[in-house]
Amino acid sequence: MKQKNRIKGGVKTPHYKNTAKAETKVMPVPDKVEITMLHHIGAPCLPTVSKGDQVFVGTKIGDSDKFVSAPIHSSVSGTITQITKRLMSNGSYVDSVIIKSDGLQTIDPSIEPPVVNTKEDFLRAMRESGLVGLGGAGFPAHVKLNPPGDKKIDYLLINAAECEPYITSDYRESIENSWNVISGINIVMDFLGIENVLIGVEDNKPATIKVLNDIADTDKNIHAVSLKSKYPQGAEKMLIYALTGRKVPAGGLPMDVGVIVMNVASVSFVAKYLKTGMPLVRKRLTVDGAVVKEPANVDCCVGTYIKDLIDFCGGFTEEPYKILMGGPMMGVAQYTVDMPVLKQNNAILAFNKKQSELPEETACIRCGSCVRSCPMSLMPQQLDILANSGNVEGLAKYNVMSCIECGTCSYVCPAKRHLVQAIRKGKTLVKTKGSKK
Amino acid sequence: MNEGRLFVNSSPHLKSMRTTRGIMFDVIIALIPAVIFSIYFFSFMAALIVVVSAATAVVFEFLYNLLAKKKQTVGNLSAVVTGILLALNLPPVKSSLWIAAVGTFVAIVIVKMLFGGIGKNIFNPAIAARVFLTVSFAGQMTDWVAPGADAISTATPLALIQNGTITGYLDLFLGNIGGSLGETSALALLIGLIWLLSRKVITWHIPVSFVGTVALLSFVMGHDPLFHVLSGGLLLGAIFMATDYVSSPTTWIGKLIFGFGCGLITIMIRLFGNLPEGVSFSILFMNALVPLIDRYTVPKSFGEVKANA
Repeated sequence: MKQKNRIKGGVKTPHYKNTAKAETKVMPVPDKVEITMLHHIGAPCLPTVSKGDQVFVGTKIGDSDKFVSAPIHSSVSGTITQITKRLMSNGSYVDSVIIKSDGLQTIDPSIEPPVVNTKEDFLRAMRESGLVGLGGAGFPAHVKLNPPGDKKIDYLLINAAECEPYITSDYRESIENSWNVISGINIVMDFLGIENVLIGVEDNKPATIKVLNDIADTDKNIHAVSLKSKYPQGAEKMLIYALTGRKVPAGGLPMDVGVIVMNVASVSFVAKYLKTGMPLVRKRLTVDGAVVKEPANVDCCVGTYIKDLIDFCGGFTEEPYKILMGGPMMGVAQYTVDMPVLKQNNAILAFNKKQSELPEETACIRCGSCVRSCPMSLMPQQLDILANSGNVEGLAKYNVMSCIECGTCSYVCPAKRHLVQAIRKGKTLVKTKGSKK
Repeated sequence: MNEGRLFVNSSPHLKSMRTTRGIMFDVIIALIPAVIFSIYFFSFMAALIVVVSAATAVVFEFLYNLLAKKKQTVGNLSAVVTGILLALNLPPVKSSLWIAAVGTFVAIVIVKMLFGGIGKNIFNPAIAARVFLTVSFAGQMTDWVAPGADAISTATPLALIQNGTITGYLDLFLGNIGGSLGETSALALLIGLIWLLSRKVITWHIPVSFVGTVALLSFVMGHDPLFHVLSGGLLLGAIFMATDYVSSPTTWIGKLIFGFGCGLITIMIRLFGNLPEGVSFSILFMNALVPLIDRYTVPKSFGEVKANA
């Protein structure tokens, strides 16, 4: 099945899919894990355990009474050694629970497959599973799968695009767990009464398309669609437009156009959870980058330190200069290797000095490359000027809040301007000063 | 050792290999056919004018940055491009050597650097300098010669047509005519256009709307469209001057409007004005309108909901 529309703009980034061919390696349990209380969009959890407590694999260790949140569970069996505050790369502090593992991986005795008969049962199970958007955004699944009654959903879109360079974790999930993917899709379709499913896959992964179409039940309206490989094809709004032709309105959500989008690993987890009752405590990550000795896809415990993860991949070939959580286009640079992995991380990339330093910013030459390539049809060149001069009214007029921060503009800019950084500054200005009008 | 600390900066962490300097280099390559043809038709003097023009442009920018204590920018090759373009706008005679130096001073120091340097100039430096020179040194700037070693004075095809003398298409296309260094050979300029388009340095919008408007309007007014397209500085202007990033609109609709405006003014001057050629003035005039055009051609963003829908 061909895609309905081509996305406007975007750019052909190099793929660097070095880890695509190899089977995922399962990492043995580390000595210590640190599980923070915020692995999702929404309210942070509060620890439900204390120092000295004994926990098992799947024991709940954090929860929140706010709606937009998701509980957090231990990924190892062992003892809680510390409850502390962890400084994140964006400058904020979150609570975190440090657990010393006893190496046994004893499963919590209360873990059993949930009883799910109705839609309410299903949503409750989704919440208890701790599932959040595994594509990177980390939006709590039970909230996403529960749109208000007036929003009729006729399309479930599965995001297997994986447009960022290096990352292959979704690809491996769809190849190694294809039955769970289709199973999960069927479960969501049945409980939510959604009639049509489209699985979006970039055309650099033909194996995925074939496998998924072979297993899918064709008279149940599930189709895997080949999408032209172009960054940022996997961005939610771009995916919806490419598969259905619908444009999510500015400030709106996919449900406003009758769509729910789920990452392929998330929907696969739905099936796994209903079968076993084991909450989200393990994650597959792509570990790659020039200074990683043996790049691979690794199935590891949530909360594993980056340092331990890289050691499992043969260690560093030289002193790392920059480490990213996520892909090179939208990933967040980390300030230390002693940072634990989160539920929604897809990749850990490590680079040396030569690859990390970015060229110096020079004057904008008004070439218009950024305007031509912006997938949201914005004018980054103008937003750069407006943000740097603090023009809040202008920023709002040029729709700065619609920017999805995909990084395409900064990538194509020949003057090497820090456009995304300026736009982020602009958004902050609008949020803080704009509301004071 | 950085004590286990890592380098942190904002995403994205990957950048394309394209640079300002790389783009300018592509433009220089696109200009090589025109330079070669000018040497073929007008011999050694042409080469000298190009070299002097490019060199003085670089020197003036270098000195300006030095004296104004600004970061040196000559490395991005934009001064070289301006120098070559200005040279291609001059007659192939000895006086053009000092005229070029005066011209690059106006182009680089006054029109470009004093307005804020690359990216901030409103007017195309080479075109503004050409207009300045045409108005101030009219004699030297219209000292056209026929191709060949003898340097016999001649008039350009546009001037000739005002007296009823028609120039053949083949001569117009190849460049066997009087005119400035770069504007004579349509063939050389079109080769440059193909290079620029294939390297994605420019888009088709401005050249097509500029040339298309001239062709259409000349036809509507009862003149020969092919003659108007091939003669004068139209192709040089539409391909290399009007497409200058800084002084033209960024959006595609803006570019089409810009090209149309240039074409309209060019035809009006050619058919109703005293001067035989109007390309330089039309580009300069439209340069002034670019901020306005940009403001009114902002694209509709993805999912934008009109407030008063």
